Amino acid sequence: MNLDYTPEQRAFRAEVRTWMEANVPSGPLPSFDLTREGFEAHRDWERKLNEGRWGMVTWPEAYGGRGLDLIRWLIFEEEYYRAGAPVRVNQNGIFLLGPTMMEFGTDDQKARFLPRMAAGDDVWAQAWSEPGAGSDLAGVRATATRDGDEYVLNGQKIWSTRAVFADWAFGLFREPGSERHKGMSLVLFPLDAPGVTRRPIARMDGEMVFAEIFLDNVRVPVADRLGEEGQGWHVCMATAGFERGLMLRSPARYQVAASKLIALYEANKDSTPASVIERVAQGWMDADAYALTIYAMASRLAGGGTIGPEASTNKIFWSELDIELHRTALDILGDRAELMPAAPDRGDAGDWLDGHIFALAGPIYAGSNEIQRNIIAERMLGLPRG
Amino acid sequence: MDFAFTDDQAAITQAAREMLVETCTPTDLRRMLEAGEPSDQARWSTINEMGLLGILAPEAAGGLGLAAPDFVGIAEAAGYVALPEPLVDLAGVTIPLLASLDDDHGWTERAIGGAVVAIGHPANRFVADADTADALLLGDGEDLHIVSRNAVTLTRAESFDPLRRLFQVDWAPSDETRVGSGWGDAADRGALFAAAQMIGLAQRSIDMAVAYAKERTQFGKAIGGYQAVKHLIASAQVKVEFARPVVQAAAAELALGTLPSRARIAHAKIVAGEAADLAARTSVQVHGAMGMTWEVDLHFFLKRAMALNYAWGTPAAHRRTVIDRMTSLPTGPDKTFASELADA
Ligand SMILES: Cc1cc2nc3c(=O)[nH]c(=O)nc-3n(C[C@H](O)[C@H](O)[C@H](O)COP(=O)(O)OP(=O)(O)OC[C@H]3O[C@@H](n4cnc5c(N)ncnc54)[C@H](O)[C@@H]3O)c2cc1C
Repeated sequence: MNLDYTPEQRAFRAEVRTWMEANVPSGPLPSFDLTREGFEAHRDWERKLNEGRWGMVTWPEAYGGRGLDLIRWLIFEEEYYRAGAPVRVNQNGIFLLGPTMMEFGTDDQKARFLPRMAAGDDVWAQAWSEPGAGSDLAGVRATATRDGDEYVLNGQKIWSTRAVFADWAFGLFREPGSERHKGMSLVLFPLDAPGVTRRPIARMDGEMVFAEIFLDNVRVPVADRLGEEGQGWHVCMATAGFERGLMLRSPARYQVAASKLIALYEANKDSTPASVIERVAQGWMDADAYALTIYAMASRLAGGGTIGPEASTNKIFWSELDIELHRTALDILGDRAELMPAAPDRGDAGDWLDGHIFALAGPIYAGSNEIQRNIIAERMLGLPRG
Repeated sequence: MDFAFTDDQAAITQAAREMLVETCTPTDLRRMLEAGEPSDQARWSTINEMGLLGILAPEAAGGLGLAAPDFVGIAEAAGYVALPEPLVDLAGVTIPLLASLDDDHGWTERAIGGAVVAIGHPANRFVADADTADALLLGDGEDLHIVSRNAVTLTRAESFDPLRRLFQVDWAPSDETRVGSGWGDAADRGALFAAAQMIGLAQRSIDMAVAYAKERTQFGKAIGGYQAVKHLIASAQVKVEFARPVVQAAAAELALGTLPSRARIAHAKIVAGEAADLAARTSVQVHGAMGMTWEVDLHFFLKRAMALNYAWGTPAAHRRTVIDRMTSLPTGPDKTFASELADA
């Protein structure tokens, strides 16, 4: 074990830092969940990242990446969050679909989709959940009916993040008549294809963070299926592993939040009981613990290992950490916590409220924490199935 | 010793609760928001006709002359429905304060009759309901002033809770507006009845979680049948069970006005806030993604709970009162009730 960055890794960090300092927008971009303009502003940022070849540093150069290892990806993420760069509007593409495509895609699919994904030219949404199929994803009812070299897609998807303005979706469909884990396929479809209707869903604060997608005889080429026909469940579980495991929530995100919390505490010391420093310290320790665990995981993967059910432990840890960081911040803010951004007298309330609302969803998406606990108990610890 | 409500107390609480549950449904709240109506006139008239506004005012002032334990269940019910109108602040805090003034300029009587007097107590950063008020009770140093709505300038401070209307108030005191000095026990009353509302909010969140858990199925089974879900909800209910009696005792002890009684109120505010927070988050979790939406009614209760947790003194401020009492006065099994320390 050696916990020193190599000179090359340090040089890489310096390179990222220099680029970020020169390029990260000085103020926050308008929300990508409220207007097309805000969405496009984020797409422009993705394009700029791609011009610097920072779109997805772990991908092969042929697909717009730099072919770097996971340690460098972590360093990149650290610098990205440290610089306060915009949230990746294409996270469902680059962090979920991208790695899945690397594993299951044909060469043709990789060449068609990955460079455009890295560039933000195609922003992707995940279309798996349905009104009747949330935790029980094998309950999906939407169908892909084979018609020569086309699929005809029908059904209803829900909770599809960013789908209000996104360009493409990767959806989970089943062969008519098939049941549960059998007969499913992962099919890619353009969100502006004939027969696709999107209905935005407002979050509790009015932001249109997700959408329902209605599919009415939507025709797509069979070539846009990812993985084998009928193997959709298997493909999805790989994606879910990326979602819970390493990619979706990188540790730097929480380390930056913990640093902001420390600053908030310091700035409000006079009105905050001294004991709150203990919660702040806990948040900081937990953020570091998450970072250490992910570094260890990245090293294990680099040595040829795989991620198993411990992806579920990650997911529980970051989602609960996020809530605690935000609850502590709200407690420090006290009667300023409830104020919306335009309110007077907000002082340094920042975006803690918005972050808190977002954090509340953490234990629900990417597989609820109850389901993750079942997975840990049964698959990691070998307890009897309930 | 009889830690139970009297039949009269139970009856008036029951009547108020039924009225509130019937007239203030989430559908009503949504209609008000869509129409941009700050309050529901028909409901306010009913509240007024039931005599709820003057419930704690002396009979001589035209009130019912009742005490905090008679109102605590009504405040809980107001929380249960996330009532947008200022019944709790008015009946619980402002009217008793107005009635204690030497010369209230006639506002006690008017407020008992349904006029809204918004209260700008220093415990709160902003003044709630100032826009629909007929007058505002404001402080200038120790002096209290009643200022007409037309004589102030309001700036809206938008809250996460869209039904909570907060304002920054610009105004000027004068000899004519001065009505007395000292806020009396207004801060205690504000905290106590905010705590009662949070008990109602907590129970509402739990009731919604229970209803949803019975109806939503996944893996071919109602999700309420999974122990993971059951235990989440049960843990929230435990919090409520050990907060509600604290709130009720705080109501009974309010009149003592001693450090132990104020510490009881502080205790009540802290634990009711914790219960409401846990219940709201639990209910979101049980609802899954549905719980995050505007479409599902849960957010009305989650937002109100968050706002009230920090209103009328933050948990941190109340904890200081608890610690003060705990470290400066005797504790022990014979010192449970504030009246045992009445001389302190
Ligand atoms: C912010 C957000 C973004 C999302 N983005 C996307 C997206 O982009 N694409 C997409 O396809 N989906 C998305 N989702 C949907 C997400 O995948 C589902 O919310 C999740 O799978 C849970 O399903 P559900 O909401 O239907 O809840 P349900 O499955 O109905 O669960 C409700 C409650 O029951 C519990 N429960 C269910 N089954 C069990 C069990 N067997 N044992 C114990 N407890 C159980 C759950 O833990 C939860 O507490 C998103 C959700 C959120 C909140």
